[in-house]
Amino acid sequence: MHIVTLGLNHQTAPVEVRERLAFKGEELPSALRRLQDEADLSETLIISTCNRVELCGISQDLDKCREKMIAFLAQYHQIPTDSFADKLYFHTDSDAIRHGFRVASSLDSMVVGEPQILGQLKDAFFIASESCSTGLVLNRFMHRSFFIAKEVRTKTRIASCAVSVSFAAVELAKKIFGDLKGMKVMLIGAGEMCELAARHFVNQGIEQVLVTNRTLNRAQELAEELSGIALPFEKFREHLDQVDIILSSTGPPDYLIAPPELSQALKKRRNRPIFLIDIAVPRDIDPKVNELDNIYLYDVDDLQETVTENLDQRQQEAQRAETMVDLEVDKFEHWIASLAITPTIKELREQVRKISEQELNKTLTGLPDLETKDRRRLEAMVNAIGNKFLHHPINYLKSQDDNGENVPTATIRKIFHLTESE
Amino acid sequence: MDIIYSSLLGGTLSLYTFSMVSGFVHLFRPFPKALLWSRNSIKAGFVFHLLAFLWRCFQAQTLAVSNLHESLSFFALLLALAFLLVSRKNPVPTLGTFTSPLLIIFTLWALVTPHTITPQPPILKSFWLPLHVLLSFAGNAFLTLGCGGAVMYLLQERLIKKKKIKGIFRKLPALQRLDELNYLCLRLGFPLLTLGIISGSVWASYAWGAHWSWDPKETWSLITWLLFAALLHGRMNSGWRGRKASLLTIVGFAAIMFTFLGVNLLLSGLHSYAH
Repeated sequence: MHIVTLGLNHQTAPVEVRERLAFKGEELPSALRRLQDEADLSETLIISTCNRVELCGISQDLDKCREKMIAFLAQYHQIPTDSFADKLYFHTDSDAIRHGFRVASSLDSMVVGEPQILGQLKDAFFIASESCSTGLVLNRFMHRSFFIAKEVRTKTRIASCAVSVSFAAVELAKKIFGDLKGMKVMLIGAGEMCELAARHFVNQGIEQVLVTNRTLNRAQELAEELSGIALPFEKFREHLDQVDIILSSTGPPDYLIAPPELSQALKKRRNRPIFLIDIAVPRDIDPKVNELDNIYLYDVDDLQETVTENLDQRQQEAQRAETMVDLEVDKFEHWIASLAITPTIKELREQVRKISEQELNKTLTGLPDLETKDRRRLEAMVNAIGNKFLHHPINYLKSQDDNGENVPTATIRKIFHLTESE
Repeated sequence: MDIIYSSLLGGTLSLYTFSMVSGFVHLFRPFPKALLWSRNSIKAGFVFHLLAFLWRCFQAQTLAVSNLHESLSFFALLLALAFLLVSRKNPVPTLGTFTSPLLIIFTLWALVTPHTITPQPPILKSFWLPLHVLLSFAGNAFLTLGCGGAVMYLLQERLIKKKKIKGIFRKLPALQRLDELNYLCLRLGFPLLTLGIISGSVWASYAWGAHWSWDPKETWSLITWLLFAALLHGRMNSGWRGRKASLLTIVGFAAIMFTFLGVNLLLSGLHSYAH
């Protein structure tokens, strides 16, 4: 039994190739089934994101497996094999395990440490398990991937430095306010950028979100999603003194917020600081407000700069993560190996149990006067003989496995005459 | 000169110095453990310092604050104590890094001034003297600690305003924490200073027959007191905070230093150590 992965990513293939091989979410269940049939895989999983397309599966026979999977890709998307075959990587066993763990831990991502891939992986796994294309091995494989991804995130600083503009904003806010619990955030403009940043803030436990937008409808929608309050656009200035953090992304021709309004707001809130993040281009907020005491204004370029610097640091942390992944790969290989011997052990026990039962029955039918107490004793003795007899063979199977060597399961099966079909 | 006393003080100085060095290593190098070393060596330094002080008191048979050497050393001791107390209540990372240079300056200064035990003039012998000195020094120590926090605030605020959000920006605490620290030090230091001045005035009426005689030390301590009173008032009633409060704390610290040392070294009056 082998874990195999065939795929391409942002490093091996340009976007023109990736997009032609991508799978749409709704066609995944049928694609998974076809992959299973056409490539002779007992379990399958397809990961398709904008940066990667990967087919993962369990194969009993590595011979021709790669070719069959490539053929499936070509047939499914109806494109010639040679247009993409040289951009593919094919991993088996420990390499495939390592690859999967690295992808989940975001070590293989374009932006190392970015968190989206884990969610995408979870979605892919959800679809696959819903359509029953994953089984014992891939289920565990995915769960271990999620586990190691979480370990890497919490135990290395790979994700601690902001590598997106919205994370950088949250990090800064923490250096101003210390703790974001109980803070209030105002969103001016309900665009996607604003929403993303707002979600990061909500995750930090802020108390309330106020949303304002030129079209009130959209503000209400977003406010509902963030369980906040929508404000009519004409009135947002009246609430400036109530918020600690302002995210702005409308991009109007003129400045929306100027120093006089903020001075007034500051007076009302007894100089408690306000942190403004201007994501709009052109800018929403007069840069002069940064000169006010207790006002901190950052625009997209300011944040972007820190993001670029943080990326370098992230690379170093990635080294530590690789070590953690290696350890986990070892553990998983172990498990797979134990998986291979488990049926043999079961069958051995079953065989001994059957023989004991048969022989016991034969003997007991010849001894009808036996008292229950003595009968129990006899049964116990037979069981003990069976167990003691199996003790060493089973230990042998397990210990070989511990050394990471090939377990001579076949020999054991021959010796004990366990049938292959079972 | 007493060998035990000077080796204890020397040990104190080495520990404070080690604390400062590890504090700066933590600020400028990716080595998180250095912060722990820095804090622990201040603790160890404080223990050495306390032993030195107790030894001195035992030898002089009184609270050892009767000359410049003893005053400087006692002030550093109280500053270290204030740091440890505040850190326990409201731990602010890297505060030790900014406190240790002050500890070093005062301890070193104490080490280079004459160590001789000055016999106290009989006129000063009273229960009020130790009380007066203890209260005023403790008040000054907390306010000085607040000044360390103020320097950190101004530094961090400048980094954020100038958008230099890397390097030591990451190591320094959040502005809000520093502002809270400043306020805490003020609320602890100001009442102590007030009591220190009152007890001094009571003592003065016994020793010199007048509550207040406008000698330079008294005048300057009144100026210091007024500065911090204004800061406290502003904080409580006018929403002073952050940068403004930090700047005023630093001005207040300068006044403390002048009252404490400048007056004695530059002007002459009833409080002079030379008496």
